[in-house]
Amino acid sequence: MVIEPRETVSVWRAGLAPVWAILASLVICAVLISWAGASIPTAYSLLFKGAFGSAFALNETLTRSIPLIFTGLAVSVAFRAKFYNIGAEGQLYAGALAATFFGTGLVTLPPALMVPFLVIMGALAGGALLIVPVLLKTHLKVDEVVTTLLLNFVVLLVVSYLIEGPWKDPASLGWPQAASIIDEGVLPTLLAKGRLHFGLIIALFMAVIIWLMMRFTVQGYEIRAVGHNSRAAEFSGIKVNRTVIMTAMISGGLAGMAGVSETAGLKGYLTLDLSPGFGYTGIAVAMLAQLNPLAVVPAAIFLSAVYVGADAMSRAVNIPTYIADVLVGVSILAVLCSVMLSQYRIRWRA
Amino acid sequence: MSNPPVLEFRGVTKRFGTLTANDDVSLTLQQGEVLALLGENGAGKTTLMNILFGHYQADEGDILVDGEVLPSGSTQAAINAGIGMVHQHFTLADNLTVLENITLGTESLWSWRQDQANSRKKLAAMISDYGLVVDPDAMVSELSVGERQRVEILKALYRDARILILDEPTAVLTPQESERLFATLKSITAKGLAIIFISHKLHEILAVSNRIAVLRRGAIVGTLETATSRREQLAELMVGRTVTRPKLSAIKPGDLVLEINDVSTGGTGATELKEIDLTLHQHEIVGIAGVAGNGQGTLADILSGLRSDFSGTIELNGQMLAAGNPRAIVASGVGRIPEDRHARGVVANMDIWENLISEDLRSDEICRAGFIIDGAGARVRAEKQIEDFDVRCKGPDAETRLLSGGNMQKLILARALSNTPSFILANQPVRGLDEGAIAYVQEQLLEARKRGAAILLISEDLDELMTLTDRIAVMSHGMLSSALPTGERSIAEIGLMMAGHGDQGGAKPGSLADGH
Repeated sequence: MVIEPRETVSVWRAGLAPVWAILASLVICAVLISWAGASIPTAYSLLFKGAFGSAFALNETLTRSIPLIFTGLAVSVAFRAKFYNIGAEGQLYAGALAATFFGTGLVTLPPALMVPFLVIMGALAGGALLIVPVLLKTHLKVDEVVTTLLLNFVVLLVVSYLIEGPWKDPASLGWPQAASIIDEGVLPTLLAKGRLHFGLIIALFMAVIIWLMMRFTVQGYEIRAVGHNSRAAEFSGIKVNRTVIMTAMISGGLAGMAGVSETAGLKGYLTLDLSPGFGYTGIAVAMLAQLNPLAVVPAAIFLSAVYVGADAMSRAVNIPTYIADVLVGVSILAVLCSVMLSQYRIRWRA
Repeated sequence: MSNPPVLEFRGVTKRFGTLTANDDVSLTLQQGEVLALLGENGAGKTTLMNILFGHYQADEGDILVDGEVLPSGSTQAAINAGIGMVHQHFTLADNLTVLENITLGTESLWSWRQDQANSRKKLAAMISDYGLVVDPDAMVSELSVGERQRVEILKALYRDARILILDEPTAVLTPQESERLFATLKSITAKGLAIIFISHKLHEILAVSNRIAVLRRGAIVGTLETATSRREQLAELMVGRTVTRPKLSAIKPGDLVLEINDVSTGGTGATELKEIDLTLHQHEIVGIAGVAGNGQGTLADILSGLRSDFSGTIELNGQMLAAGNPRAIVASGVGRIPEDRHARGVVANMDIWENLISEDLRSDEICRAGFIIDGAGARVRAEKQIEDFDVRCKGPDAETRLLSGGNMQKLILARALSNTPSFILANQPVRGLDEGAIAYVQEQLLEARKRGAAILLISEDLDELMTLTDRIAVMSHGMLSSALPTGERSIAEIGLMMAGHGDQGGAKPGSLADGH
């Protein structure tokens, strides 16, 4: 067997790589499902039905994809500039903290202004959380993977302190949660039934905006140039450090919006289980989308479907829900392999 | 030629899609000879050697070592058959010693201890046999480029190579180091080894080889005895047409363009500038000679806008240079050709049109409403630049990484020269290019000189400087000699100054440095 590089990779071959990867991961997980004693066709059809099979299921899948679109965008922008932001989880909570701080009575505006105000405050908070890691990287070359990752735990502990202490809602009957977002700040639901809320519109809007920015603006050009070859970018006059800092602010801002959307759109108030790891799954979304902002949307919906569908499936055929994590993990590995294979060809020889 | 060849290619063909990289190549290599493989970049030299070394498999044909067919696609088989390769880009671990690098991979994973005494003895014998002097216990990170290359050769010899392949071995060497390499190669062949020497530099090939095989577009277009070959004949075979390098015509220098006055960067290191003075006029090419790492890079960085931490003044057309601001420097009429195309010159993963706008990205011509790139306008401009500078590509939307070295350099020329700069900084502009591209780049520089540009040409190739410059200054240890008209100093004198002897700079006005 010989592996040879291809000279050119056609667009459709590169685009199909994630599809092959998803098929491969379904096959691999089939082994686990049959090992757990369930019928593979039954399990997968239940998974599909659980994710897309009814209006309710579809509603849940889309609702759950909203924070993943935000965090997936956050990660894909940052990774484009080779700024490895692993802290979308923390930035999400920073956004949620901002939404809670401003949205529980401190400021009252008409809904048409209150919602954008909260989104902007959340974005600023998410970006602010990255100021220290990005300055440490640009000025002292401190690895951002470590600093952003560790900040996640710091933020979670701060949230935990606030909702068990000063911000604890007296009306919560002792549960550790903050006061509810005032009505003016709550994101409206989109459908009469179900939890799908206006956050989806904001997320899709941001995906288009980020795509346009990366493709058609000076800023997007500079981010891509710095990510691909920072020395050449510097030579041509791009201020590399400034670009990395700007990228970090955009990335943190997007992740912060996820926190606003979850707090003001879905739950209505801040709790410690606001995010079951949306920040980390955002990395998977971005990888699956190959860092393309528009592809982040289907990638987020796919991963959301896996989680939502796996819930339904596990209840019905008695397989642990961890199968969803396995499926997601395997599909990421498969994407990395298939992207590599789309750039190489394998030839079989005696 | 009665002996059976140690190595034979029989009808080797390799295709990549529609491209035929090697077309029915047949070659023989005799014991004790140096066979030069001559060809332009992209002629298929490296592909052929990668097939030999098992990185690629040939679509057709066989390779025979000592009359036996070499199993294809196996690097291990090639090493076992006694083939050793010295790559153009070194494959050494910086954080290990010379001895550790050389023995790396030759010892069993299952033994607890390294058998250092034996390997040390074997290495010492090789060092004295071939004159490849290097300290076995030195860290590779501390070695000069020439020494590193000796380690690479020792590494191949240590694995009992009998056929040594050197891929563009002089690309990174100074003239003196090249001479030394050639002497080493002679002593290696004297011991019965055979060498394939890959290059596109004619004078080297004529100096070092016994026979020359010329490769063009993947096919052998001629195999000649070196003794009866002429330079012009080889150039024509290689390029497929007659190529003459351009020569300087006499033009009277015009107004002062660039004035570097007493520039220092502080510190005592070899790359730190020490009280540099230099003036350039219209219609003038001034060359800076010197061994790499003597401050040329620092000067180039300052003139390119990458560094602003210096004392002294630099004036361009009577204005202070916008130090530390590449875009402002370009806008003030400077064209820059960086030393390293791949690292500094282009973003290989971006499109050609995108690389062509990188220097004036935020200018009114490219940038609409302060942040939107005028993609259509930029593509129109790119198409014109591609045509003007003969960049061979599929169009402005092609990825830059797909360009050959020569075409990548043409792209950089297009970017640097399109808006008729008054000062051009050309740092090693023809390094690693083939004859056709070299002639093209040099013609463009001469064209700019004719038009009235002042050009600073930094080069390690003295031949190039002697034919292409009006004046030459020599840089050594961060000091710059005065720039005397080309021809007033002999190559030997310049060589001595490069090594830090004789007429030396920091030359204050009125000092004895130039004997007047």
